[in-house]
Amino acid sequence: MSGISYKSGRVPHAKEHRVVFRNIDRVGWDSSIATYLGEGGYEQLKKALALPKQEIIDEVKKAGLRGRGGAGFPCGVKWGFIPPTNTKPVYLICNADESEPGTFKDRYILHQDPHQLIEGMAIACFAVGANLSYIYIREEFPEAAKIVEKAIAEAHEKGFLGKNIQGSGFDLEIYVHRGAGAYICGEETGLIESLEGKRPYPRIKPPYFPAAMGLYLCPTIVNNVETLCHVKHILEIGADAWAKTGTPNNTGTRILCVSGDVQKPGYYEVEVGKVTMGEVINEMCGGLKPGRELKAVIPGGSSAKVLRADEVFTVGRGDDARQLTIWDIPMDFDTLAACGSMAGSGGVIVIDDSRSISWVLNNINNFYAHESCGQCTPCREGSLWMKKITDRVVAGKASPSDIDTLYGVAKNIDGRTICAFGEACSWPTESFVEKFRDELVSDTRPELEGAIVNAETLTAAAGL
Amino acid sequence: MPLAVPPELEKEIDDHITHYPVSKRSAVLPVLHHLQHHFGYLSEEAVEWTAAKLELEPIKVLEVVTFYPGFRQEAPGKYHIRVCRTLSCAMAGSYELMDSLCEKTGIDRSGVTHHHPIAVSGDGNFSIEFAECLASCGFGPVCMVNDDFHEAVTNIDGLLSQYSK
Repeated sequence: MSGISYKSGRVPHAKEHRVVFRNIDRVGWDSSIATYLGEGGYEQLKKALALPKQEIIDEVKKAGLRGRGGAGFPCGVKWGFIPPTNTKPVYLICNADESEPGTFKDRYILHQDPHQLIEGMAIACFAVGANLSYIYIREEFPEAAKIVEKAIAEAHEKGFLGKNIQGSGFDLEIYVHRGAGAYICGEETGLIESLEGKRPYPRIKPPYFPAAMGLYLCPTIVNNVETLCHVKHILEIGADAWAKTGTPNNTGTRILCVSGDVQKPGYYEVEVGKVTMGEVINEMCGGLKPGRELKAVIPGGSSAKVLRADEVFTVGRGDDARQLTIWDIPMDFDTLAACGSMAGSGGVIVIDDSRSISWVLNNINNFYAHESCGQCTPCREGSLWMKKITDRVVAGKASPSDIDTLYGVAKNIDGRTICAFGEACSWPTESFVEKFRDELVSDTRPELEGAIVNAETLTAAAGL
Repeated sequence: MPLAVPPELEKEIDDHITHYPVSKRSAVLPVLHHLQHHFGYLSEEAVEWTAAKLELEPIKVLEVVTFYPGFRQEAPGKYHIRVCRTLSCAMAGSYELMDSLCEKTGIDRSGVTHHHPIAVSGDGNFSIEFAECLASCGFGPVCMVNDDFHEAVTNIDGLLSQYSK
């Protein structure tokens, strides 16, 4: 990118393709509207306001933009789910609850380029016919909430929000709504309940698909921060040009957040499917730490199934079938799904051979036990049981058959809950047990098999 | 005793409620945030005040307060520290960070439970709790002190010296 320089130590890697993160860590860039307008800010909104709404929706559909929050659902298709006969108000909510462990991208957009998000939201609101919109920002981002509120006020002042925007007759108000530290608010129906001032218990689908019955039981579109930013860029260069980046059915760029045992953890915006796991770890992140070997990778946030370093994955069908090592996996939605995991939220957690698998799984299980909303019994009880069992494994107080029990508990949550948290909390345990059973069992004690141990002894042993 | 909400705070709250033209109940979280920010925690009186302000039964407010980890019903220290506990930060040393912070601030976490996650120092200056993923996983271990965010915390004395007054 000519004419742009980045702060020392935060210069993008040569294999990056910066679109949404173009201005992150950029020298001379700030979050003010003057800076944003100086580089063509809000021109796409002006352009959008003169277009037929359906044309914008079709353009986003044609681009093949898939949701960057976790599920990878096509954004334009989601917008198209608003019933055509609808007469109720339509709402759009930006999901800035960023709380999937391993994910840290939206934070930087909110802090450093809030107008990019507001412009994307305003275009999306116009396209779906929303006049009232909320940005749901997690409570742990107090600074981000202030910055975004200031940006909203600036956009108001310049006539990009409010009544009759740029003389188009379109009205839009955007407000920041702050969460209060609950992971489940990232689930779109839980988020909606939270925005209605309630406990964020997810709603059952059907019938509560947000596009039909969302906020205040009106059609509601919930999109991730990064997804909404892309809307602006699709309009800027057109769906065809935008879809030339990335790979078929996995178009565009996305931000990978890499953490754990690499030399240079951080955020990297890449063309989807154009870089492999090996390139991400060995080139972009500077490789593993000296003398260490790769043990496992969690490729899409902590609820994504773990990949073992020595697995061989068969992807594609028939003549297209091919075998991949972990290093060869292109970082896209479809290949990671074919490898039995998911691209999820883009949070890549790298685990080397210095780590105990029991300890890693226990840390994850503690997270989900803490965050289960408690609405569905299999998840409320099961997530806690999984935590208790791995607490015992880590404390050296588990028997080998506890690993079978652990697996059985996970299998009895998956598919038996109102929302996808059931899968999110059981997939780590299922995949870790399937792929690292020997190591987990090696941390248990056969002499405890069948022993009658009372709950107090166990609790004390586990240090609870 | 009813909650003494200063007029300027009440005005801020009333303004904030206008962000929810469809349903006042939607303002439960923001009203609680305002009150917690001002009073440090949410007392029974704060719950009742919120309920009256939004024309709700108090239980509708209390159930929100007791659900969300971001709301607290007990007074924290002057400086409230949240250390990220989750995987990437734990790999980067967040449990060690928690231990060091407790040692330096004289906080005893032995009484901490799921429903009482906060421990306060004897002098009331500091309190601490583990938080789940604070979304800065590449730059762990991370923590928050009140509303300030700190990445890659290695210099604990340097961190605490910013909050010594």
